[in-house]
Amino acid sequence: MAFEPVLTRNLGNPAVLAVDGYRAAGGYRALAKALAMDPAEVIEVVKASGLRGRGGAGFPAGVKWGFIPKETESPKYLVCNADESEPGTFKDRILMESDPHQLIEGCAICCWAVGASTCYVYIRGEYVEPADILERAIAEAYEKGILGASVLGSGFRLDMYVHRGAGAYICGEETGMLESLEGKRGQPRVKPPFPAIVGAFGAPTVINNVETLCNVPHIVERGADWFRAIGSDERNTGPKLYCVSGHVERPGAYEFPIGVTLDELVERAGGIYRGRALKAYIPGGASAAILPAETSHLKMDFDTLAQAGSMLGSAAVIVMDETTCLVRATLRLAKFFNHESCGQCTPCREGTNWTEMVLARIEAGAAAAGDADLILRLTRNMTGTALCPLADAAVGPIRSLVENFRDEVDAHVRERRCPLPARPFFGNGGSS
Amino acid sequence: MSEASGAGPVARAGGPGLPAEARAAIERLRPRYPTAEALLLPALHVAQAAWGGWLPDAAIQAVAAELGLAPARVYGVVTFYDLFHQRPVGRHRIRVCTNLPCALRGGGEILDAVRGTLGVDEGEVTADGRCSFVHFECLGACEAAPMMMVDDRYHGKLTPAGARRIVEELD
Repeated sequence: MAFEPVLTRNLGNPAVLAVDGYRAAGGYRALAKALAMDPAEVIEVVKASGLRGRGGAGFPAGVKWGFIPKETESPKYLVCNADESEPGTFKDRILMESDPHQLIEGCAICCWAVGASTCYVYIRGEYVEPADILERAIAEAYEKGILGASVLGSGFRLDMYVHRGAGAYICGEETGMLESLEGKRGQPRVKPPFPAIVGAFGAPTVINNVETLCNVPHIVERGADWFRAIGSDERNTGPKLYCVSGHVERPGAYEFPIGVTLDELVERAGGIYRGRALKAYIPGGASAAILPAETSHLKMDFDTLAQAGSMLGSAAVIVMDETTCLVRATLRLAKFFNHESCGQCTPCREGTNWTEMVLARIEAGAAAAGDADLILRLTRNMTGTALCPLADAAVGPIRSLVENFRDEVDAHVRERRCPLPARPFFGNGGSS
Repeated sequence: MSEASGAGPVARAGGPGLPAEARAAIERLRPRYPTAEALLLPALHVAQAAWGGWLPDAAIQAVAAELGLAPARVYGVVTFYDLFHQRPVGRHRIRVCTNLPCALRGGGEILDAVRGTLGVDEGEVTADGRCSFVHFECLGACEAAPMMMVDDRYHGKLTPAGARRIVEELD
């Protein structure tokens, strides 16, 4: 049976931007159903669905909700992570722009389940238009009694606010986000304590990605069994938005059951750019290891990609054709991580700087003997040695360049130039 | 506090502090947060808009006074985030994405086209005060690569000629 889109089913139906249109499309039924359930029952359904976080780490959402203490006088918070800054990722923007009430409904159900009465949607500062769309939808939800003093007349109070970031990749890391929400530099915290115990403003806090929360109304309405029937296996369930960018004919966000292959995605995206051949791809955003074309038959789910030495991450699939210099491509990502390292931990601050420097001289034809191995040593020292995952993220593509494409790196070192006939990207302006 | 500022107060309706409408905008947000400090990012966005797109020392001092925070704390936050500026910017602010997904589709050429059209370097303002530009990290619109952000709007599927036209048509 053909897969019916779930998360993007309302794409192209602007009526759903308003409450009435969203209701006409079946919206807010799940919230009513959840409010009639015991909160613990809602958590059980989400647990049973196997829903794993769509922001990158893939942690089971229901389990995370279950960590929130029940017997406490403290306020509790939901922080929706809409800081979407992983290079290659644009799915959350599309979800918020096209169907903001789906997110509001998912947030409201989560808040009911964990007993939170305040939800902040932390949205990256560059997303001005999506933030406006969401603000308007929230305002209407208040007017229609979906948010505020008594959610759908249940007596449950819920306030929801959009909080704009100000341009910092690290604020997508959950504790960096909490610091930023509290009005500080977005430098990640030491864990434990985990946010479920000490989160926003010292209170128990759930942090979930936009897409994760958008799945929730469908799980509540259609049941855990329905959700589990979608996807590759018991550990990789549900629908997934794949962001396809780079060298394909039609870049875009495509919804599939989790576990689609790159071959299927490329076909949906109109094939490789200008009929060229695939060289390599990044399956899960800039933090994921670069995989060679030979792996294009692998299921793109959490576990298969982890076994292949990469990760599903945010499912930002960056496709690179045969004309791409992978040293140059990786150098661009190394520059990004160097710029975005918050500087708090030495292995990350120094490591992202050194890896960029060494990659830059390899790319420029000025490598020293042993530079490829130097990169491997640097990445080893950056792995697992910092407070947050940014250093490990930087290591993902950089180490994979040397491990999976050693010949191309060695050719740069040996010939003291890029061995490819042309360098088709960056044009003449390599200055970025 | 504003007397201590080296930059000198900016003439505004509300004197050297925050303009009245900016103060009102911040006050409207206050009930959303359990602490005054959490208002800092929203307040800096408001102040930056009031000061024409950047945060001179006077603006930082004014926000610090408004929220009861040490100015050093506010400086620390301003310097951390890419969207807060401590130097003057153009009336129109252009951010060209050059991260990998855009680079693979010609983002570098878009950056060159913008630079060539404006005749200034990154981070500088044109002599007429109209525009400034920077290259930027991924803006989350890779389906429309190469793309750039002009003020609050995204422009995608650019060609160098198209980017030039957009820049030239800014008032």
